[in-house]
Amino acid sequence: MTTFDPTTRSTPRLGGLSPVVLRIELRRMLRNRRTVVFAMLFPAALFLSFGGQSDWADRVGHGNVAAYVMVSMGLYGAALTAASAGTAVATERALGWSRQLRLTPLNPGVYVATKALLALVLGAVAIGVVNVVGLLQGKPDMPLDVWVECALLTLLCTLVFAALGVFVGFLVPGENAMQVLGPGLAILSFLGNVFIPMDEGSTIYRVAEWTPMFGVAEISRAPLTGDLSWPAVLNAVVWLAVFVAGAAWRMSRDTARV
Amino acid sequence: MNPTPAVALSGVTKTFGDVEAVRGIDLELRQGEVVAFLGPNGAGKTTTIDLVLGLSRPTTGTVRVLGLEPRQAVARGLVSAVMQSGGLLKDLTVRETVAYTAALFADARPVDRVIAEAGIEDIADRRVATCSGGEQQRLRFAMALLPDPALLLLDEPTTGMDVEGRRTFWSAIRRDAGQGRTVLFATHYLEEADQYADRIVLVSRGRVVADGTGSEIKALASGRTVRATLADADIERYTEVLAALGGVDAVEVRGDTLLVHAKDSDAVARYLLTETPARDLEVTARNLEDAFLSLTGDAR
Repeated sequence: MTTFDPTTRSTPRLGGLSPVVLRIELRRMLRNRRTVVFAMLFPAALFLSFGGQSDWADRVGHGNVAAYVMVSMGLYGAALTAASAGTAVATERALGWSRQLRLTPLNPGVYVATKALLALVLGAVAIGVVNVVGLLQGKPDMPLDVWVECALLTLLCTLVFAALGVFVGFLVPGENAMQVLGPGLAILSFLGNVFIPMDEGSTIYRVAEWTPMFGVAEISRAPLTGDLSWPAVLNAVVWLAVFVAGAAWRMSRDTARV
Repeated sequence: MNPTPAVALSGVTKTFGDVEAVRGIDLELRQGEVVAFLGPNGAGKTTTIDLVLGLSRPTTGTVRVLGLEPRQAVARGLVSAVMQSGGLLKDLTVRETVAYTAALFADARPVDRVIAEAGIEDIADRRVATCSGGEQQRLRFAMALLPDPALLLLDEPTTGMDVEGRRTFWSAIRRDAGQGRTVLFATHYLEEADQYADRIVLVSRGRVVADGTGSEIKALASGRTVRATLADADIERYTEVLAALGGVDAVEVRGDTLLVHAKDSDAVARYLLTETPARDLEVTARNLEDAFLSLTGDAR
């Protein structure tokens, strides 16, 4: 009979962060038809309808209206994908997968990092789809550096919705989370000036300024509009803090099950 | 050379609020042993397994796995476990699930070989959601064997398996144990514990109530139990005499109650009634199931 010598065993580098896991997770998300249709194809279709209206060539900041609509739709799509990646955390806990992962060397912090990375990658895909559609359609016009800056800022902003996804995933367990987040994000997008521009100074605009999509939308479009107000930045930071705190709170309430 | 014990629990307790799930367990498992953790539901089996896996920390006492902290042992792939249910993503395929898990370890065995050994090649490309309970259990088993663990914990491992699946499963476990792998499995099936374990640890209400080989545990069950009320200062002397009588397996004192497990219950009864102030004498026959129930205090 042989005995085991524990000193011959090592721990994984990077706490278990692995490209194989990222690849499988990505494939898993892309296999979900609802994610693909609603978070990637739907925003592109919205862009084609809103971004092709008669005023598309009107100038906005350093670009035109079509570019403005394209950035907005990229944000909407990326927010949806990131949120749906976030809800997966709660589903995985409910299924006992998180507990299963605790039986492996995977560090819990690395698990969260993997999920965040996944949300970013998926967000990037969603932004990419809308941008490619925009390029093919040919109407959006802005300098290349503005184009790239807008895309990167949009990507950064999607983290707000990844956190929202985790939070809502715990509040509304299972597959139903996206049934809440889908329409919810659509309403927030209307209020956030993402779909149709609202009249500045109207009552609805004053209310909308406080909603979670408003700040990130302003930030995402800032390179294009050349205009970034500090209330918009404050809005984004506060909502990110609220969603992260909410997610952390629900997650800690859930630890009994591990 | 005395190798490090696979598991060493000393003075371990675990309380959840007012509930004492584990009330003081001392247990040492040698490497290569196949040990059954036998007890009724709520005996503290799963809580103890969680402690060995480092999923929770003991309220008092220490837990060591191959001389390491449990989480250290898990991080090195030295311990793995097969859980009773859940723990699988339904939208992954069987192969993806194994590959995913393999990627998390520093050195995992080749995915394809593990899949073949677990007998899940045919279903490797199926979604987990479409697999039967037994197939999912084999998948969990494959995942647990990926790091080539020194210690394997199984919580009610054969739930949902058919007779054939159960036999294949246990022959694989026995083969691995021959190579030095320690196996601790929780079960509430006496027969399974007796058939497949080298050693049975009987737990009840958070304590170890018996620990021995299958035949030793069964011996507890052979013969009869003589029960009597005996409140006397000389009780120690009586128990010594009783223990020396032929055919007496065990003598237990619980407050005023004396319990004698013996093959020759007549001799015990005769001694108690003629030489001691014992009263309320009762002689009962025992079978394995009775022994189990009385030892685990679950006789309802």
